[in-house]
Amino acid sequence: MTSSSPADARGRTPRRRGDSRRGDAVFFNLSRGAGILLLVIMAAIAGFLTYRSALALGKNEGNFFTTFEWTPDAAKPVFGIAVLTFGTLVSALIAMAIAVPVAVGIALFISHYAPRRIAQPFAYLVDLLAAVPSIVYGLWGVLFLVPHMDGLTSWMDQYLGWTYIFDQSSAGVPPRNLFTVGILLAIMVLPIITAVTREVFRQVPRMHEEAALALGATRWEMIRTAVLPFGRPGIISASMLGLGRALGETIAVATVLSTNSKLTLHLLDPGGGTFAENIALKFNEAQPLGRDALMASGLVLFVITLLVNGAARVIIARRKEYSGAAA
Amino acid sequence: MNLRNGRSKALAIGAVALVSTLSLSACGTDDNTKPAANGSSSGASTAAKIACADKGGALLAAGSTAQTPAIDVWKAAYGNACSTTTLTYGGGGSGAGVTQFNQGKIAFAGSDGALKAAEIDASKAVCTGGQGIDLPMVGGLISIVFNVEGVDKLIVDGPTLAKIFDSQITKWNAPEIAALNPGVNLPAADIQAIHRSEDSGTTQNLTAYLAKAGGGNWKYPAAKSWAGQGGQSANGSAGVAAQVKQTKNSISYVELSYAQTNKLNSAAIATGASKPVEATAANGATTLANAKVVGQGADMALDIDYATKAEGAYPLTLVTYEIVCDKGNKAETLPALKSFLTYTVSDEGQQAIGQVGYVPLPKELAGKVKTQIDALA
Repeated sequence: MTSSSPADARGRTPRRRGDSRRGDAVFFNLSRGAGILLLVIMAAIAGFLTYRSALALGKNEGNFFTTFEWTPDAAKPVFGIAVLTFGTLVSALIAMAIAVPVAVGIALFISHYAPRRIAQPFAYLVDLLAAVPSIVYGLWGVLFLVPHMDGLTSWMDQYLGWTYIFDQSSAGVPPRNLFTVGILLAIMVLPIITAVTREVFRQVPRMHEEAALALGATRWEMIRTAVLPFGRPGIISASMLGLGRALGETIAVATVLSTNSKLTLHLLDPGGGTFAENIALKFNEAQPLGRDALMASGLVLFVITLLVNGAARVIIARRKEYSGAAA
Repeated sequence: MNLRNGRSKALAIGAVALVSTLSLSACGTDDNTKPAANGSSSGASTAAKIACADKGGALLAAGSTAQTPAIDVWKAAYGNACSTTTLTYGGGGSGAGVTQFNQGKIAFAGSDGALKAAEIDASKAVCTGGQGIDLPMVGGLISIVFNVEGVDKLIVDGPTLAKIFDSQITKWNAPEIAALNPGVNLPAADIQAIHRSEDSGTTQNLTAYLAKAGGGNWKYPAAKSWAGQGGQSANGSAGVAAQVKQTKNSISYVELSYAQTNKLNSAAIATGASKPVEATAANGATTLANAKVVGQGADMALDIDYATKAEGAYPLTLVTYEIVCDKGNKAETLPALKSFLTYTVSDEGQQAIGQVGYVPLPKELAGKVKTQIDALA
């Protein structure tokens, strides 16, 4: 192979092309294989969950969608996902409401405001937050955040109690509620959203920015007219990534939340539950039927996550004119 | 391109965090875990008194996680003295332990509950010419822990506890509590009752007590999952202990070692004896001494009287068993099995686990168990 004399310079070109074709074929098959593998894994998970769920759902004596209790191993098995669905969605929504604006702010700061020598270490610091294990967040949440939430929750109770959702039924109860969980989840998803949006903001075509500045825009106006519209699909997909983690967060929620099978709109009252937390807490001592019931709840979480992601794709597709492909 | 890199980097970060979550949650949810024991130090002093089996080998066991810390203490001490025998105790829960025992995979099983009739029948296939029997080995007790400002000593009784944990009493200065605690300045604050959020043997023992001694105020059957109204929940004994520690006006239940290591106040229980009974290992042992043996023949399954009125008998006491064959144990592991259990039931063995928050078996009961161990074949 290496015996190449200057004489066969003409012959080398087709041979090289042949090599690259083989490389193409290998790479094409590898990447197609990876794609297929992902689908197979997804199908295997869905199939497994569906099969186990079917075993449990047939024996459920309550309505799976409207029942509050989770007692599949009782003499009369009754279990439902009403409380879990509510808790999962509400805590994730609170997390997104807090995390997305802050993450966009951090990302803008790193990509457009901070001097380069601060921006780089700062970005690393944010990435580091993503590497903290969630049990550590959970312990921090229950041992530090919860005791220090007292002031905020009683303030909210006093001044925002008229909104009903921020009305605390009884004072002095530790705020191990969905609201605190939401705040904790916000901190946990912050680095994920920040990391992705930061990269998107960096991709904003220099010419767009300079055009905006040339037209007399201030820096804020430039960001509003050039950076944010360009980055919007990126912000959305970053948020979806973060939302995925918030929906599926397990041990931090299990550590912080005081769970029960009541559905209340009083977000400052302890109680409720989430899918992942419920599975983590109930799985250890569950009987066979209890396990299958937990699988059924896992399937619902799977479907919810798919729906949320699908919705996000639709939003991004609608705004394709702004996407990086156009630039 | 760069955008994709950013995404995949974030995905990778997420994946790393997820993996660490999974691995950590796997060990984090193991309940009933007691603090690590200083078994090796106590083991060294007792090493001389342990009679090793002539022929060592591997001794396999599995079952109750409530026993794991006790077994760990014993394993360290026994291993120091008898290096030829290696004990392996897999947790996995009582149910898994009994199943493996009845499949003949292990020499003995640790179990929170005595064998059921069907399980005894199944054991006859493994124990040639004999059957599985329950040997009481690890005693424990559940402390009612509380955190009320200005109150160091609290007295409760079964009906009051049932009402507190079912939110029928919601104030610390309720007449029921005040009547039991004359002269104590109880605050007019809400009671923050805390229970386990996951299914737990501790909850089962407490609710069994409340159902028996609660004077009809506990309307639910004894169960591993919490059925009472109201209150808040926390994950694991450690989580409950931490909540009681940091929540004013709270009350909950944990095994003795958690009350001790977290320096929580334990309530005394008014049982009808001449004075309220404190939650101490000695008082737990009194209850065990009064427990009736309900097992047939060599089986020593105990029936603990939760409604006991005996002097100095703490009612919230429990015992867990080692399950062995009375006859038909495997010949190759029998000497090691007898040697190990002889040590665990001995005074030294029981005192060693007493230091880590268990209740040492009373001497008379231990003597009876020893007789059964000697007769194993």
